[in-house]
Amino acid sequence: MITLSHFIVLGAVLFCIAVAGLFINRKNVIVLLMAIELMLLAVNINFVAFSRFQGDVAGQVFVFFILTVAAAESAIGLAILVLLFRNRSTVNVAEIDSMKG
Amino acid sequence: MIDTNLFQLICFYGFAIVTVLGALAVISVKNSVHAVLSLVLTFFSTACIWLMAEAEFLAIALIVVYVGAVMVLFLFVVMMLDIKQEQVREGFIRYLPVGIIVALVMLVEMLALIGVRTMHAHVMGADPATVAGVSNTAWLGQALYTQYLLPFEIAALILTVGVVVAVALTLRHRGDKRHESASEQVRVNPRDRIRVVKMAPSRPDEPTASQEPLP
Amino acid sequence: MQLSTTILLIIALAPLAGCLLAGFLGKPIGRVGAHSATILGLAVSCALSFYVLYQLTAGAAPSYNQDIYTWFEIGRLHVSVGFMVDRLTAMMMVVVTFVSLLVHVYTIGYMADDPGYQRFFSYISLFTFAMLMLVMSNNFMQLFFGWEGVGLVSYLLIGFWYKRPSAIFANLKAFLVNRVGDFGFLLGIAAVLYFLGTLDYATAFAAAPSLVGKTLALTADMHWDAATVICVLLFIGAMGKSAQVPLHVWLPDSMEGPTPISALIHAATMVTAGIFMVARMSPIFELSSGALSFVLVIGATGALFTGLIGIVQNDIKRVIAYSTLSQLGYMTVALGASAYAGAVFHLMTHAFFKALLFLGAGSVIIAMHHEQDMRYMGGLRKYMPITWITMWIGSLALVAIPFTSGFYSKDAIIEAVGESHRWGSGYAYVCVLVGAFVTALYTFRQMYLTFHGKERFTVVGHHTHAHAHAALGDAHDDHHVSSDDPHQGHKPGELEHAPHESPWVVTVPLILLAIPSLLVGFFTIGPMLFGNWFGQAIHVEEANNVLGELAGEFHGAAAMALHGFLSWPFALVALAFVITTYIYLFNPAMAGRIKNALRPLWTVLDRKYWVDDVYFAVFARGGVALGRLFWKAGDAAVIDGAMVNGSAGLVRRIAAGVRRLQSGYLYHYAFAMIVGLILLLGGFWLMGSGPVGQ
Repeated sequence: MITLSHFIVLGAVLFCIAVAGLFINRKNVIVLLMAIELMLLAVNINFVAFSRFQGDVAGQVFVFFILTVAAAESAIGLAILVLLFRNRSTVNVAEIDSMKG
Repeated sequence: MIDTNLFQLICFYGFAIVTVLGALAVISVKNSVHAVLSLVLTFFSTACIWLMAEAEFLAIALIVVYVGAVMVLFLFVVMMLDIKQEQVREGFIRYLPVGIIVALVMLVEMLALIGVRTMHAHVMGADPATVAGVSNTAWLGQALYTQYLLPFEIAALILTVGVVVAVALTLRHRGDKRHESASEQVRVNPRDRIRVVKMAPSRPDEPTASQEPLP
Repeated sequence: MQLSTTILLIIALAPLAGCLLAGFLGKPIGRVGAHSATILGLAVSCALSFYVLYQLTAGAAPSYNQDIYTWFEIGRLHVSVGFMVDRLTAMMMVVVTFVSLLVHVYTIGYMADDPGYQRFFSYISLFTFAMLMLVMSNNFMQLFFGWEGVGLVSYLLIGFWYKRPSAIFANLKAFLVNRVGDFGFLLGIAAVLYFLGTLDYATAFAAAPSLVGKTLALTADMHWDAATVICVLLFIGAMGKSAQVPLHVWLPDSMEGPTPISALIHAATMVTAGIFMVARMSPIFELSSGALSFVLVIGATGALFTGLIGIVQNDIKRVIAYSTLSQLGYMTVALGASAYAGAVFHLMTHAFFKALLFLGAGSVIIAMHHEQDMRYMGGLRKYMPITWITMWIGSLALVAIPFTSGFYSKDAIIEAVGESHRWGSGYAYVCVLVGAFVTALYTFRQMYLTFHGKERFTVVGHHTHAHAHAALGDAHDDHHVSSDDPHQGHKPGELEHAPHESPWVVTVPLILLAIPSLLVGFFTIGPMLFGNWFGQAIHVEEANNVLGELAGEFHGAAAMALHGFLSWPFALVALAFVITTYIYLFNPAMAGRIKNALRPLWTVLDRKYWVDDVYFAVFARGGVALGRLFWKAGDAAVIDGAMVNGSAGLVRRIAAGVRRLQSGYLYHYAFAMIVGLILLLGGFWLMGSGPVGQ
């Protein structure tokens, strides 16, 4: 039988994969953005799971909003990426270090 | 026939494995397009899992909105930027062990803190929407448009802002294009454009030539 | 009738007025104006002091003790400026103003060519003011003010010719050694305040008997008798000011100053401040026989051993300086034997004849064109008869020939010490007795070398001399005549013109001092020492009253003098007279032979027992080394290097390290965030704040 823990574990695994993806990726800013999407996805799974098991609609409503905001955020993030590429001609994360202290 | 629970379990594990594999593929493949496509796969399988949890509205919304719009946008950008593949593999192997270790540690901690064991006791019960007699969509909508109306409106605003930002950031002025500038138009001074000259309607010694009927 | 506050204020403030006029308006009013103003102030002060003394003795006025002005109040401590004028004070006032007045007049002649003329008068008037505040004070704080004031002016005057390195060395030495004494003095005043609760004399002396049995607990086991502590500390101040061993080293060096101040400050007045102070504090000192024994031994040691040094000195002023040290030792011995009146009496007579000797030496120095080495003098008696006679009178008083003032005071002291049963009195008696012999030795030696015998100088006429310098309009006239330094371009012993008697401004003070040196003792010993002249001013316990015992044997001044011819001191003096006359008049070469024979002894005396050298090596060099240590190690290395620069450097190094965290790479930042999150989660996990039931 499917229990809450299944969903939770799945969400956790996805999240950790996404986190690992954040910093083992040195080449591509796009993969960075995709890892962020994955993190949001993991969180969404958790929300849906809790909403289903608690019977509270708030979880799903929250997922609704997360989807909205994530969409807006990806749009803007990609716009920035485009600008970055326009100026630097590269999307290699390792070359973006002008904020070096 | 197979026991429903067992069937559910098998389905769940299947979808879950696909999700995880897809996620792994996202962060590890060389080709960016492949990565985006793997992400699409991940979303699809997640949607399936949500369907299993009887959150069908969100599942479809995920596919329609996320995959259909956001992932397509990603694809556009990936293809537009035309990223070379050679500039890729640097540092990947070197940081992989560290990354794996950190991820594993985090996973263990999260699971320990969340309390997987206790949650194991919670079995999936009846779907509250069905219990209430409405579909999941209606159940969601009933809460959304009453209790969560304000966040709803704000979400709309956020989307608007997102559109504006995206355009504003990437807008480029091409030097050779001419366009209207409303502010300039408003600021025009009549004296720069029109000059009123006082003139006699006709010359005094040639009455006939100027009295031609208007065409 | 009562003593008038106004008169007392005028006595104290008239010299101050003269000082301010000469000091600030010296240039406009010129030399004559400066010396007139100061001498006028002092003459007024002197005349009024005599009047006050008359009022207190013949006029039978009661002692005066009043607060004039509130200086400050801190909590329950109330300190004011006030005067206590009893017979002891009045006697001191007369001595101080009289000697000071004569020195002022003398200075007109002595410092005639000095560019700092007005400054000098200003200083000696300032000194007189401070000394008067000291002796007229009615509380410890004002006493300390005067104490420090005379120390300051002494510093200013010793280093009067401030462009000479030796003078600067001497004035700093005097000030610092005095400071050591002042430190003890201040502790003593604090102890008085602590134990008696007041700084006012009258209240303190009235409360003094309560000190019996009180102790100062240094540690849990070590307790010191309170009265002894107070007295020893106060006496340390006296040791500094009155140049007792071991704080005596500054006085010979103070001869760097002009001779008038040697007479005023270092013979007659400032050095006697310590003696006066102990006499004034007699109610407290009488409570501690331990402290008095200490005083006795210190004084006796000084009396004998400093006198011995005087025998080998060649500078005419140094001999008199060591003589002063020795005589101060005598006064201290008298204090230690509880013969306070005797000490003060000797103070008075000593003031007269020692000032006379110094001024006379100054007269000789002027005549010898600032040559001070006695080896180049000799036979001066036919050139300077007045100086010669007055100096002989002073010398006779110093060696205590019967009928002179010095005899009465010194003999009284010797006998008082003989009568005393205090611990250390035996040693003291031997010291003062041998000291009489030594005194005679160096005094007669000095007189013979200076005034008698063959002339050891030559008159060479006008030469390449300082006059030539002045004629050429040389800018720096600081080494013209304004220094006791002998010869600019002259060999020692060569004089420009023959010595002659000094002008009347110099010789009249000599005569005026010779008179009391001869006569004062004869007339005043009876009442002062044996007639309870000081009354309540000096307090002596019956058990210690040696003068009271001597009074029983006193049959009048004349009888005492006649008896003196038969006493041991006189015998020793006679022996010394015979020896010195033989050597210096008839057989001068003998002096050289004796010196060679006793060369080790001579070296010890010549090096002043190496006390100066030890002080210089240990304290002076030690101080400099300590300063250098603090500078290099403390300030530069620790504070600047480690603390200031070090902390800045540490911050810099830390920042340089931390800066590497700012790599600019997004994934580094993300990694840092994740690591932080992991740590946080781990923290929660360890602290058991997992979910419910975990």
